[in-house]
Amino acid sequence: MKYTTLLSSVLLASLLISFTSCTREKKLPIIGNRDTKTVKLPDGSTRVDTVYQTIPDFRFLNQDSVEINNDTFKNKVYVADFFFTSCPSICPVMHRNLKKVYEEFKNNPDVMFLSHTIDYKYDTPHVLKKYAAKLGVDDKKWQFAYGTRDDVYTLAEKSYLTSVQEDSTEKGMYVHQGWLVLIDKDRRMRAVYDGTDPKSVEKLNEDIPALLAEYKK
Amino acid sequence: MRNKILLFSFLVFAGTLLYSCQQAGQLEQDMYYTNGRDLYVKRCQNCHGERGEGLENLIPPLTDTVFLKKNKKDLACIIKNGMSGEILVDGRKFNDKMRANADLTDIDIAQLIVYITNANGNKQGMYSTEAVAADLQNCK
Repeated sequence: MKYTTLLSSVLLASLLISFTSCTREKKLPIIGNRDTKTVKLPDGSTRVDTVYQTIPDFRFLNQDSVEINNDTFKNKVYVADFFFTSCPSICPVMHRNLKKVYEEFKNNPDVMFLSHTIDYKYDTPHVLKKYAAKLGVDDKKWQFAYGTRDDVYTLAEKSYLTSVQEDSTEKGMYVHQGWLVLIDKDRRMRAVYDGTDPKSVEKLNEDIPALLAEYKK
Repeated sequence: MRNKILLFSFLVFAGTLLYSCQQAGQLEQDMYYTNGRDLYVKRCQNCHGERGEGLENLIPPLTDTVFLKKNKKDLACIIKNGMSGEILVDGRKFNDKMRANADLTDIDIAQLIVYITNANGNKQGMYSTEAVAADLQNCK
């Protein structure tokens, strides 16, 4: 009797240890559409490789009327979103939550933020500049991008998988999703957060360091 | 002796009456406050924040009691018709547009005012639907 109790307790302890020792490092999944491509290996054989969706080339004006493009975000992980400055619904919440993340990574040069305006009529660079200044984030770290309707809307829907459109019922208003999208140094989407939910956005504080750690190896 | 008893019972009666009246007033204010909170979550919270903290220098906070008190008669108009132009709140300048809420009824607005002026550190008591109706006559 005693023997079996001893045995079972040893078994339980070892199980517990094996469980705790197995906590794997967090690795974010790669999201978005995938494709395959057949590659030829040096020995002449062929293999199928996965091609992940990446953010395509883009060119926009930022809040300083300076062109920004993919090179602006080279070797950075960044959080992208779509908003407009006169937005009365979800944008203030998104940026209230994102501002906290910005503060957290203020001194980390590998992290950036990119907000695209979808109000191509009103949100010209100088309007974005004012907005950034009032939000208290007017520096190179948080870029506000202004572009043509087609460029921005196509990028949002095809590349960031975020739905944006003009509101048919109210003039000057736009409907869009409040996603915050985390992009890695290889232009791939790694995570999406509900910008209106503080709990969801808080996860960025763990996920960004986890993502950066991948590149340190 | 008999007079004393009479006086005493009258005092008790008057006291109860006064107390229950106060209770009824408080009850009405509480009802306004609770309904106002629901409206606030739906209509105001996105911009002004869960605790009325606003957003940096873009959206003013609702925690400046002095501002709310000083402009109490304008609050109904601001909520209903929106606002633009420069204002000084919490010692900071704000100059962005607030959207209108034209579909809100007088009682909705009164409930919102009761919530806003009694939440987040404010304690300014009841504001009636009639007062809102009167304020709305004098919108600038």
